[in-house]
Amino acid sequence: MIEAFKNTLQIAGKDLLDFFRNRMELVAFIIMPIFMMVMTGYIFPSGTSLKNIAMGVVENDKGEISQNIVAVLENMKLDGKNDSIFLLERQPGNLEGAKEELKKGNLNAILIIPEDFSSDIEESRQGILTLIIDQSNPQISSILTGMMEKIVDGLASNVAVGKLAEMMTKQLSTGKTLPFGSKIQSSPGSSPNPQALIKPFIIKTEGLVPGEQNYFQFMAPGIIAMVVVMAVMIGLAASISREKELGTLDGILVAPISRLCIILGKALSQTTRGLLQGSIVLLLSIFLFGVKIYGSIPLVALLLFLGVFSFIGLGILISAIAAEQETAMMVMMTLTFPMIFLSGVFFPIEQMPGFMQIISRILPLTYAIEALRKVIILGAGISSLGKELTILITFGAITLAVAVPAFKRIITR
Amino acid sequence: MSTIEVDKLTRKFKDLVAVDHISFKVEKGEIFGLLGPNGAGKSTIIRMLCTLLRPTSGEAKVAGFEIVKEAGKVREHIGLVAEKIILYDRLTARENLKFFGRLNHIPERTISERTKKLLELVKMKKWANSLAGTFSTGMKQRINLTRALLNMPEILFLDEPTLGLDPQTTRAIRDFIKEINKEGITIILTTHIMQEADILCDIIGIIDQGKIVALDTPQNLKSAISQQGKTAFDLNISNPSAQIVSQIEHLKTVSLVSQKNDYNLKIYVNSEKAIYEVMNVMKKNKITIKNIATLAPNLEDVFLHFTGHEMRDKADEKMPLDHHRHGGFKARSRVR
Repeated sequence: MIEAFKNTLQIAGKDLLDFFRNRMELVAFIIMPIFMMVMTGYIFPSGTSLKNIAMGVVENDKGEISQNIVAVLENMKLDGKNDSIFLLERQPGNLEGAKEELKKGNLNAILIIPEDFSSDIEESRQGILTLIIDQSNPQISSILTGMMEKIVDGLASNVAVGKLAEMMTKQLSTGKTLPFGSKIQSSPGSSPNPQALIKPFIIKTEGLVPGEQNYFQFMAPGIIAMVVVMAVMIGLAASISREKELGTLDGILVAPISRLCIILGKALSQTTRGLLQGSIVLLLSIFLFGVKIYGSIPLVALLLFLGVFSFIGLGILISAIAAEQETAMMVMMTLTFPMIFLSGVFFPIEQMPGFMQIISRILPLTYAIEALRKVIILGAGISSLGKELTILITFGAITLAVAVPAFKRIITR
Repeated sequence: MSTIEVDKLTRKFKDLVAVDHISFKVEKGEIFGLLGPNGAGKSTIIRMLCTLLRPTSGEAKVAGFEIVKEAGKVREHIGLVAEKIILYDRLTARENLKFFGRLNHIPERTISERTKKLLELVKMKKWANSLAGTFSTGMKQRINLTRALLNMPEILFLDEPTLGLDPQTTRAIRDFIKEINKEGITIILTTHIMQEADILCDIIGIIDQGKIVALDTPQNLKSAISQQGKTAFDLNISNPSAQIVSQIEHLKTVSLVSQKNDYNLKIYVNSEKAIYEVMNVMKKNKITIKNIATLAPNLEDVFLHFTGHEMRDKADEKMPLDHHRHGGFKARSRVR
């Protein structure tokens, strides 16, 4: 028993020594997660923030409210940074010219303020702004539409509040009822709130944990889990099949040690490597991308370990079956690549079509990532991870139970 | 009791029968040689006896233990030098030996003692702390032998131990094999080099297409064929054309002609008259004979006698230009 434990450590130690002496591999080992992080951190859009949107404004109205709208758009800044969201291009009266620019791609959208906009509002008619969007770029257009609706809604309610307040002061002095039929209670000490009249109720969003959530905070747990699982799967396949190809595995197999020690030793060295790589990603995301870990770090480590555990059986099985390194790598890549997309590393699973969601629910990586998100983003403790832990352990135990005897059989064909 | 007993051992790879009901015994302290071309099944036999491959049928006992049921016990008593060198390039010679020593449950102190002694014996002591990847094939093979001997095995399996080595190292390795055999280690060796089997082995099993076709001492094997009047002579002429070869082949007294190189023909005859007839052919074609000599039978003749064909790869017969024969060499010398 102690002998078997020692043999396992010896094989793992030999593998790690061999690995750390390979400079090229070591460099790639450190650079890969950095690339991963930088790429996902900078390329993927963070939230709905847009930058440098060229918007043409056809100002056919010179009223105060129109001026206000243009000024607000002009001064919209990205939070904390000096980049304006909108680069306005005023083209009074020249709609055709603006449309031409939109076609050329010099503008992303055109806002039209109609001639009688100010006068309409003053005479209590609804003013209508028109936004012409570029259908060739639906993503920007849809974000832009949402954003403009919000801005215009805000400005409009400001105007409404002003008007209502004006009406109310008139009302109080004359004692007439309001047009909507509700009566204003002028109880002493509380002045009526025009906001409450215009929007009787609103919705307020609040995070489970305080603070702003960025997209990266959502991404980081997924990327960590992915890097670790991929490193272990591919590392294990490469390690066993390479030794098989080189013939050195025969040297280990001909030694009087249990076959289980060989598998465990290999798995141990690869797990160590994977967790090391995972820590690099974790440190990078904390220090470079400002990811906050609300839960406990040992719990994160435990989850990563269980994530690896759930896959190790599969890795052993494939590397035992594959005759040479290239085959093993190909099979591993074929398996892990779709898995990364299906397990919700980049996109929430809920966004996927139904049958894809079913596949996602079969993959243990999905649960590892979900659990990691809970811990990292929500600060969940072990008690709220019951389902995920059970699934990871069960999956790992079943695949190992199949893989270990299979490995023993296959390796001596 | 023999130290190795093989009984109707068979191994199939799908439809191919690599080893076909082989039976033999090896006594303690012998050097037993398996001689045959590549693909004859030698390595498959070695791998089965080393518990690395399961037999399809048949049984074998190594050091008194069943190779399938008592694989663990067998492993405690054997050392293996396989076709590919079992060393890690990024570990030093000493680290390699230490790793394999530990796997064999040898105490640390014994490992370092034996490492020192064995490295001295193979003249590799000053390279002990260099990475194995920096070694030449010959140097690697010396360390590889040391590795196989580290657990003081009762039986040492050597699969083509001199393949791809230069003549000097080959000689050194052969001497070393004889030396360790003197210390009582039984050796099972495979080779496709007749000379090697002749020099080293006490008993030779000639293997062809998965079967043992002859099994005896080299001396007995050779004398067996001379008694049957099988003789050969070497004919040295300039540029023997295919036409000449075929004319000689068609003589009734000639059993086989093999072309050794551009000048030499080896002619196997079954009658004394053959020399006359061959000379006549030369005369008719106006070819000068530079030299003619009768040859003492060697193992090559033995192989020919027992198998009816020369010792060549199947691949060589189909594609004479393909250097398939050296496949093993290439694989061995590749440094990752």
